[in-house]
Amino acid sequence: MSAYRDKDPRIHGIQSRIRVVPNFPKSAGIMFQDITTLLLDPKAFKDTVDLFVERYRGKNISVVAGIEARGFIFGPAIALEIGAKFVPLRKPKKLPGKVISEEYELEYGRDCLEMHLGAVEPGDRALVVDDLIATGGTLCAAMKLLERVGADVVECACVIELPDLKGREQLNGKPLYVLVESH
Amino acid sequence: MASQDEQDPRIAKISSAIRVIPNFPKPGIMFQDITTLLLDTKAFRDTIDLFVERYRGKDISVVAGVEARGFIFGPPIALAIGAKFVPMRKPNKLPGEVISEEYSLEYGTDKMEMHVGAVQAGERALIIDDLIATGGTLVAAIRLLERVGVHVVECACVIELPELKGRERLGDKPLFVLVSST
Repeated sequence: MSAYRDKDPRIHGIQSRIRVVPNFPKSAGIMFQDITTLLLDPKAFKDTVDLFVERYRGKNISVVAGIEARGFIFGPAIALEIGAKFVPLRKPKKLPGKVISEEYELEYGRDCLEMHLGAVEPGDRALVVDDLIATGGTLCAAMKLLERVGADVVECACVIELPDLKGREQLNGKPLYVLVESH
Repeated sequence: MASQDEQDPRIAKISSAIRVIPNFPKPGIMFQDITTLLLDTKAFRDTIDLFVERYRGKDISVVAGVEARGFIFGPPIALAIGAKFVPMRKPNKLPGEVISEEYSLEYGTDKMEMHVGAVQAGERALIIDDLIATGGTLVAAIRLLERVGVHVVECACVIELPELKGRERLGDKPLFVLVSST
């Protein structure tokens, strides 16, 4: 489900502030969706956060999990507004305490996402937040971490979806909410 | 000025919500873990409020946050005071044209980058990070902003490790912290 389809009037401003940078991080046609330009527009950035807050406020969400690093930009603001804890999901060896890890596939090779033990409790209702969903690999790993400790992942929320990469189908039936689609 | 002259009543809870982890990332280091603060919704809210109360109405147009834990505190502050948020990142993360500033680590050097065009000359900026230790990272961030003509009003951190004398490295730039950890 996307706000793009619902055409909230704020979406146009948000979409227009996202900068597309060709051939990053490497050439061969990757069009990188750069959200840093969105963050330079205080109204569009606020609208972005507001759209998520309006959707999740009053839904008993107790955890917002944000994926390093751009999920850290959006997640905490949402968590603060809806009264949820913020839990950072990080690359290996960044979190100082005891962690659980979930490996996931990259185009070439594997990577790993970690979460502090004890941050999330069984029965916690969680959102997973990132700036963008591409293939869905990272979001999938994030959901697994939360589910392994007994949390209920209510929804994944991203600013941008690249629907051609079919990440939505990788989420094992979990709902996905995005503001903007980019083809 | 380190923090409020008479300690704000919210500070005690913020301080107690921070977890100290010995011997991370290496033996002898007492790591200040703010992730436990983020699990305490009131203490996290209070942390942001203390910064917002200080900076609201001061014509700050830029909040620069240092990757990655500066990304957690900076954006809520920026949103509340109506400023832009500018991420200061490790090398090769920002996709557009960048300017870079090298800085010293205990062994070797690292680099911090900022997008060209994110900030304009004459803007008034805050720099946010979770913690100031030696001050090396904050100095690099100050330099990046000043190189493009931005006026850095203050550096703001949740935690200071005063024994590492980071405050002195900032020279004439003021530093505001909520918690001092010895």
